[in-house]
Amino acid sequence: MLRTETASPHLVAGARYGVLVIALAAALVVAVALSIGIGTVDVPVGQVLEVIWAHLRGDLGGLDPLTNQIVWDFRTPRVLLAAVAGAGLSLAGLCLQTLVRNPLADPYVFGVSAGASLGAVIALTTGAGAVAAIGVAGAAFVGSLVSLVVVFAMAQRGGKLLGSSLVLAGVAIAYLGTALTGFIQLQADPSELRGVMFWLLGSVAGATWPTLLVPLLATVLTAAVLLTQARPMNALSTGDDTAAGLGVAVNQLRLLLLLASSLLTAAVVSSAGGIGFVGLIVPHAVRLVVGPDHRKVMPLSLLTGAVFLVLVDLATRTVDKPNEMPIGIFTAALGAPFFLLLLRGRKRALR
Amino acid sequence: MKIDVRNVSVTIDDTPILGDVHLAVEPGTVTGLIGPNGSGKSTLLRCVYRALKPKCGTVHIGADDVWRASARQAGRRTAVVAQDHDLDNDFSVEETVAMGRLPHKGLLERDTGADRDIVGAALSRVGMTWAANRVFASLSGGERQRVLVARALAQQAPVLLLDEPTNHLDIGSQHDLLELVRDLGLTTIAALHDLDHATAYCDNLVLLDTGTVIAAGDPASVLTEDRVSEVFGVHSAIVSHPLTGRPHFVTAPAADTAAETE
Repeated sequence: MLRTETASPHLVAGARYGVLVIALAAALVVAVALSIGIGTVDVPVGQVLEVIWAHLRGDLGGLDPLTNQIVWDFRTPRVLLAAVAGAGLSLAGLCLQTLVRNPLADPYVFGVSAGASLGAVIALTTGAGAVAAIGVAGAAFVGSLVSLVVVFAMAQRGGKLLGSSLVLAGVAIAYLGTALTGFIQLQADPSELRGVMFWLLGSVAGATWPTLLVPLLATVLTAAVLLTQARPMNALSTGDDTAAGLGVAVNQLRLLLLLASSLLTAAVVSSAGGIGFVGLIVPHAVRLVVGPDHRKVMPLSLLTGAVFLVLVDLATRTVDKPNEMPIGIFTAALGAPFFLLLLRGRKRALR
Repeated sequence: MKIDVRNVSVTIDDTPILGDVHLAVEPGTVTGLIGPNGSGKSTLLRCVYRALKPKCGTVHIGADDVWRASARQAGRRTAVVAQDHDLDNDFSVEETVAMGRLPHKGLLERDTGADRDIVGAALSRVGMTWAANRVFASLSGGERQRVLVARALAQQAPVLLLDEPTNHLDIGSQHDLLELVRDLGLTTIAALHDLDHATAYCDNLVLLDTGTVIAAGDPASVLTEDRVSEVFGVHSAIVSHPLTGRPHFVTAPAADTAAETE
C-alpha cells in the first residue's frame, strides 16, 4: 500500500521548531533567574534581576551588600556553571555519538571523564597547593586526551574505526582510570581528600566567576565551530563511505569531533567534576523530538542540556534543605523517566 | 565526464588490495565491476570517490586529478550509493535526499527553494515522491535504494558510482533499480554480483580477481565460460536466455564438474 504522508515524521518540525527554540531559550532565562533566587536564603526574583542589572550597568550603589553577595558572588556563577556544564556535556555527547554512530556513546563510556578525573586528581595530590586552577584544568584536559587517544588507537585498524572495539576499549580505559583514581585517593592525605572528592562526585557548588571562564569559553568556541559542521555531521551519522561520497573530508571531521568532545569534556569536568547521564541522554531526547538533523539537534541540545542541569542543580539544593545532594543522583532520577516516555513515542512514529 | 584510473595500487595493513589497476570509462556509459568477494571492487570504487587514497597511481575525473581537488569538489563530481548506510537514525526520506545538496552548500547556508525543487525532482525521477515524509529506515530495501539514487541525483554530479546496489533486493526491485540507473544516462560504475545483470545493463565490464584486472571490455568478450569458471571457482556454461535470447550464465559447483569428468 502506498500511503502518502503529508506531515514530517518528526514530533516537532517546520515552524514549530522555531517556537520550540524560543520557548526553551525563555525557559532557560526563567530557570536561571528562579534558581539564583532559591536557596538557603530565598531572594525574590525582582531583587535577583535588580542585582544582575546593577552589575551589567556597572553601578552598584544602593544594593544591599548581603543580597549582592548571595546573588552575584555565590549563586550566579553556580547557576551559570550548571547551564554551561549541561550545554557543554550535551554537545560533547552529541559529537561522540555522531563520531562512532553508537547510541551508547557519551564522555563516560569512552573514558574521557575518567581520564580527565585522573589527570585532575594527580595534579591535586602531587602538586598540592602549588597547582593553580588552570593547572588542574590543564591536567584534566591532558588526562582526557590521553584516554581518548589510547581508546582510538586500540579500536582502529588500517585507519578505520571499529565501533564495537571502540566501546569496549573505552569501557576498559574508563575502569582503568577509575581504579587509578581510587588508588591515588587512598594514598592522598586527608587535607587533599576534599578536593579529590569534588572531582568524583560532580558539583557546581564551589563555582566562582573564574571557574566559570574555562568551560564557558570551551563551550562557546566549540559550539560556534561545530554549528558550521552540522551538514557534514548529518552525512557522517549515516556512514563513513556515504559521507565521503557526499564530499565530506571524513578524517578531518572525525579529528575535529574528537578534539571538540575532549576539549568540552575536559573543560566541564575540570570545573564541575564528573557529571554523568546528561551527555548521553540529552542528544537522544532532542533527536526523538526534532529528528536527527544536526542543524536542529545541536542548538536544541545546547539549550536543553543547560535548562536541564540548572533545574537539576536547583533540585539538589531544595529537596533536602539545607543539605545538598550529589548532582549525579538527580540527573538520572529526573531524566530517565522522561527519556523512557520519549522512547515509547518513537516506536509509534516508526510504525 | 570521463573517468580515468591509472596504475592504482592500494595496500591496507601491509596487505595488497589492488595492484596496478587501469580503468577507463567513457562519458555517459555504464561500466560494471565484477569479481568474487574480496576482489577489490569496493576498494576501487572508494579510490574513485576519494574515500581512500591509493598508495600509488592516479584517478582523473574529466581533466582533474581527484586527489588534487578537495573533498567537496569530489562531492560535486561523483555521487555515490554506498553500502554502509546506517539505519539506526530517523532521517526522513526528504532529509536523506536533501543531503545530496551538501557539496553545493556553504558552511551556514540554508536550503533554498531551488534546493527543495531539486530534491522534489529527484524524488519524482525515482518514483518515491509519495514517501518524502516517511522515515528512511522504515522503507523496504528496494525503496531505500531508489531514495539513495535520488540523493545521488540531488547531488547533480555527472558521475554515479554504485557499490553492489542490488544486494538484498528482490528480483523485481533489482531489475527496476538497474533499469533506472541505466536510463539516467550518467557516467556510471556499478559493482555487481549478478553476471546476467552485468551483461544486460552495462556497456562495458571490468573483471577483477585478487586486486588485479583480469579482463576489460564489452560484456561478451569479458565473460567467457572459461574465465567465469576459473575466477569464481565454479563450473559455468553460457546458454541462450529463453525469454530475451541474450547470453545467460548457468553455473554449478566446481566439485560436481570434477566428479563428472573423472
